[in-house]
Amino acid sequence: MPLDVDARVIANRRLSADYNVVAFEAPAIARAARPGQFVMIKTSRGLDPLLRRPFSIFEVLRDETGAPSGISIFNKRIGAGTSLLAQVEPGERLQVLGPLGRPFEPVDPPADAWMIAGGVGLAPFLTLAEALAVRRTRTTLFYGARRAGELYCVDLFDALGVRVVLATEDGSRGVPGRITAPLEAALGERPLGEPVKLFVCGPTPMMRACAGLARVHGRACDVSLEQVMGCGLGGCYSCVVPARRDEGHPHHTRTCIEGPVFDAQRIVWDAMQPH
Amino acid sequence: MDLSVTIGSLTLANPLIAASGCFGYGVEYGDVVDLASLGAVAVKGLFLTEREGHAPPRIVETPSGMLNAIGLQGIGVHRFIAQQLPALRARRATVIVNICGTTLEEYVEVARILSDADGVGALELNISCPNIKEGGITFGCSLPGTHAVVSAVRKVTRLPVIPKLTPNVTDVASFARAAEESGADAISLVNTFLAMAIDVHTRRPRLTNIVGGLSGPAIRPIAVRMVYECRRVVKIPIIGMGGIATAEDALEFMIAGANAVQVGTMNFVDPFIWPKLMDGLHAYMAAHGIVRLQDIVGTVDTTARQNSWISS
Repeated sequence: MPLDVDARVIANRRLSADYNVVAFEAPAIARAARPGQFVMIKTSRGLDPLLRRPFSIFEVLRDETGAPSGISIFNKRIGAGTSLLAQVEPGERLQVLGPLGRPFEPVDPPADAWMIAGGVGLAPFLTLAEALAVRRTRTTLFYGARRAGELYCVDLFDALGVRVVLATEDGSRGVPGRITAPLEAALGERPLGEPVKLFVCGPTPMMRACAGLARVHGRACDVSLEQVMGCGLGGCYSCVVPARRDEGHPHHTRTCIEGPVFDAQRIVWDAMQPH
Repeated sequence: MDLSVTIGSLTLANPLIAASGCFGYGVEYGDVVDLASLGAVAVKGLFLTEREGHAPPRIVETPSGMLNAIGLQGIGVHRFIAQQLPALRARRATVIVNICGTTLEEYVEVARILSDADGVGALELNISCPNIKEGGITFGCSLPGTHAVVSAVRKVTRLPVIPKLTPNVTDVASFARAAEESGADAISLVNTFLAMAIDVHTRRPRLTNIVGGLSGPAIRPIAVRMVYECRRVVKIPIIGMGGIATAEDALEFMIAGANAVQVGTMNFVDPFIWPKLMDGLHAYMAAHGIVRLQDIVGTVDTTARQNSWISS
């Protein structure tokens, strides 16, 4: 059951001109959060901007006893709401509604988990990496961005024992080119008898490419989709994606309550709007 | 304190109704809202069969409001009765079903089917959706069309019939009168205002459907004026809506002439708005010594004149 918390901003860690991590005091949401879930944040206290914005829960914060005390979000400045979030100061309060949505389902050994992130699509993977670490599942993060300066928080994954593979489009760090290239190589090298599940979040073309690779290589693949959302609770029908039901027919399916995590093969990628 | 309101054969415990299209089928909100505490839940518009609606993007934010062009995606009346209505009954919700049609016959058929189902409190006729080409608003934008749909549905149901009016007409009061004369038990207004937003960098419309309906606090003063105009020409109950965000906003509609109100867009912003609105109504009644909330309906005092210390 989601809660709406008038959450105090604990910290705003500015990573660059465009990216920041905002931490909120929200123990009840933190306790209930599962990997890959999201919150809806009201970025102003007035009527402009009016609607809340969806954000993956980036970190579950803990107090000195290890008890969940809050959450953080990984924010990229794009429009009015995300610009306000770039500027928030500790002590301010914002309404945070959550946790929401269908979470990732982590895998257990002997299966490995491969997380593939593009840009701001890194956001849902830290909570997943923690859940996988608890299960002692061997985990790899494939993380791509345009340039080295846009790869963030890699140390947080290192600390969890995650193997990290980086790629930048300009070749300034890691593998030159797109992250799908090292992913494809790894999939090709992996013996079929060794199970692996893919978890993907990033730009639509990247997710589509990963879904195709997973299909070709016969690997399970979940994608976390981000859509324009009005309410986060299934009320407005704005966040729909074309997804197949069991019988195979695609339907406009609400990302907020049936996702944001979907089996990649349910999505009709030809009909997805570029994002 | 008495907050009840009567619409035909239906009595609501209070005047707060979740607006159609803004509350799913109600069951989605079962975990965050006590559905039984609402005056009623107006569920998402239903056709005879399932509809997929428009391709996204379906909403865009605008100053103090939003445009939507969902395109009446819906599960159809049969799946609603089989899957959602039992859950709404279990939660003791008072249910108003919003019904749609691409033809007059479809409205009548959907109304007939729902009249035989257990747990439907009233029918709201969607003759005002700005986002679909066929049916709907083509009835709601013509006086003979409004008369035809309302009187045809009236003939096949004993449930209260509530046509939902569009603001996209020159004289909304004439449509209110046509609805009353055709046998409507109440009217609801306003649906959204036809509107448009353009991305100047790509020069493309921000909605796939090009145009959409504007809702939210941005439209509230226009909606209040329209409720006021309708109150002057009809006797039947009016359900007012348009950007209600606070109890004061709801009271403004009631004083203008609404017997009940619907809340839509602001439920997206704050799904926990309902107890706050209820507390606000109680506080107002206590502060003003009002025992029966219906006593304020249409009591706007327009007799006062501007002080004439400037002569014109």
